[in-house]
Amino acid sequence: MAEVIKAKEPFRFHTRLHLTELTGLRAINLTQLVELIKEVPGACIYHHTHRFLQQHQYLSPEPPNDFAYWVTEILGEDELGERLSSIDTIKYSTIRSLRDRIIEAVEDYLKDNPLAKLKFAREGDEFHFIKSVSFILPTDYIAGDLREFADILKKVTIDSIYFHIFESRLRLEKSDNDFSNWIRTSMGNTYLAERISKLDPYTHTLEGLRGNLVDMVEKELLR
Amino acid sequence: MTKLEEYIPIVGQSVIDDLRLLAKRLEGKVVQHINSTAVGGGVAEILTRAVPLLNEMGLNTKWDVIKGGEQFFEVTKKFHNALHGRSEAITQRDFDIFAEASEANSRIMDTYGDIVFVHDPQPVSLINKKSGNKWLWRCHIDVSNPNQKVWKFLMDFIIKYDSAVFSAPSFSQRLPIRQFLISPSIDPLSDKNKELPQELIDSVLRKYEIKKDKPVITQISRFDRLKDPVGVIQAYLQVKKYIDCQLILAGGSASDDPEGLQVLEEVREKAKQDKDIHILLLPQNDTEVNALQRASDVIIQKSLKEGFGLTVSEALWKAKPVVASNVGGIPLQIKHKYSGLLCHSIDGAAFAIKQLLNSPAYAKRLGENGRENIRNNFLLTRHLKEYMLLFLSLYHTEDVIQL
Repeated sequence: MAEVIKAKEPFRFHTRLHLTELTGLRAINLTQLVELIKEVPGACIYHHTHRFLQQHQYLSPEPPNDFAYWVTEILGEDELGERLSSIDTIKYSTIRSLRDRIIEAVEDYLKDNPLAKLKFAREGDEFHFIKSVSFILPTDYIAGDLREFADILKKVTIDSIYFHIFESRLRLEKSDNDFSNWIRTSMGNTYLAERISKLDPYTHTLEGLRGNLVDMVEKELLR
Repeated sequence: MTKLEEYIPIVGQSVIDDLRLLAKRLEGKVVQHINSTAVGGGVAEILTRAVPLLNEMGLNTKWDVIKGGEQFFEVTKKFHNALHGRSEAITQRDFDIFAEASEANSRIMDTYGDIVFVHDPQPVSLINKKSGNKWLWRCHIDVSNPNQKVWKFLMDFIIKYDSAVFSAPSFSQRLPIRQFLISPSIDPLSDKNKELPQELIDSVLRKYEIKKDKPVITQISRFDRLKDPVGVIQAYLQVKKYIDCQLILAGGSASDDPEGLQVLEEVREKAKQDKDIHILLLPQNDTEVNALQRASDVIIQKSLKEGFGLTVSEALWKAKPVVASNVGGIPLQIKHKYSGLLCHSIDGAAFAIKQLLNSPAYAKRLGENGRENIRNNFLLTRHLKEYMLLFLSLYHTEDVIQL
């Protein structure tokens, strides 16, 4: 086994807890939906594209976003639902660009299928716009090398992994996830940093993601 | 009294660590809950469980109750029904009675909390005592379609609060203050939800003369038209044409509710035609409810209207496949075909029950997914976490807060 290399700067794990804020805004058809998607705060777009991931993390490796779910289940527009759920979220580094992509998908669909504008949700099935308010807290877990990093990854909350992989990159507009950033800059290990960057976290369950990360780091320790 | 560490085997150490981390951030604050009753009803039930746990974490949490005479509570009951969208004749006299009792409470109630957390409309006017501290109003009622006269009357008070809290997105209104979504929760360690030995479940079935020789379909609710017990019987009869099964309709005593007694009689009349329908008028006995839910193969909640529908959470927590109406807070708990089946009609309910009884592996998967959904989102520990985040939100206005 190779000698364990110490990091220039240790990695402090943070956790992220969220509170759901209501806006009172609701849509009953696709036209209203797309207009409101243009107006609502970025925290709403974030909520509706990531909520499923956390609330139903155990269910499926490809969580549908709320827009796709509503369009499919309530309006019965399966094709648009598929277009929305297959948006490659990992490609977008800002909420703004993700929002633009969602708007484009709905508007293109409405151009090709003008009759879809005539579909309305029944009372009680409206789309309610909701915001995600995030509280980021430092935990007591600090890794000074890859061994410690792997051990902590096994026991931190899923919220902590979620924060460093998803939220930090997209919501705080960093170019990469926190783990790859630290491994690259403080550990000087570009190979492992790139491997983690290439992982599409949206196609794993959160526990599956944890397992993959631990596996990658442990394999690296054996190299 | 239940201790926080007893929840670790259910939710994991890390969830409890997070709660303690949050409580530390609120050190030194006094949180004062105010509601209208110390016993009975969902609010008192949750505060009874939550207040000791919050104190155990080091968050100084108090609970005070307002006073009110018979007339005042008659008026607030009318308000309650009107906010739920029922047609009620509200007079100026009612508003006057509310104002007089509120004035009296205002004189005697010391609102000493750094954070004053007011539950439901009865104590809402205490906000007029606000002086430099933070105030929250928690609405436990379905106000998706409220009587406008009552809502406007309450609105004069509500807009003076720092934030409001609702149980479902459909209850939110356009308000000039911040509003948050916090769902109610169930306590996995309470008598209604804790694990039970098989012998105890069997003894409850024996007591009510229910044989486990055919699949059991159950709805637990008050005998109330909004819970559609007659619709449940109709759905069951449709299923029965194809699958030999039995139905339990069990609910609390309706002796103080004349309409409830009438509904019970109608249900008994409908049930006469089938010896496999068991109508159980249960006393307040949480353990028996728990046992009946655990003895069931499919659980129904075919409500026409529902505040949140915690009976659905209770059933899912027991990993039972559930068929429930797509109303109130139920779609928050069930994602159709992932963690249960949603329905909109008697025919839909019957079809869903048949699917579940004929496909036990599918039913099992839905039940297990449902249990995980409840574990992640609808247990008391999540409720405590969100209450503490709510308190912290009073001191921060950003969408991303670094603590």
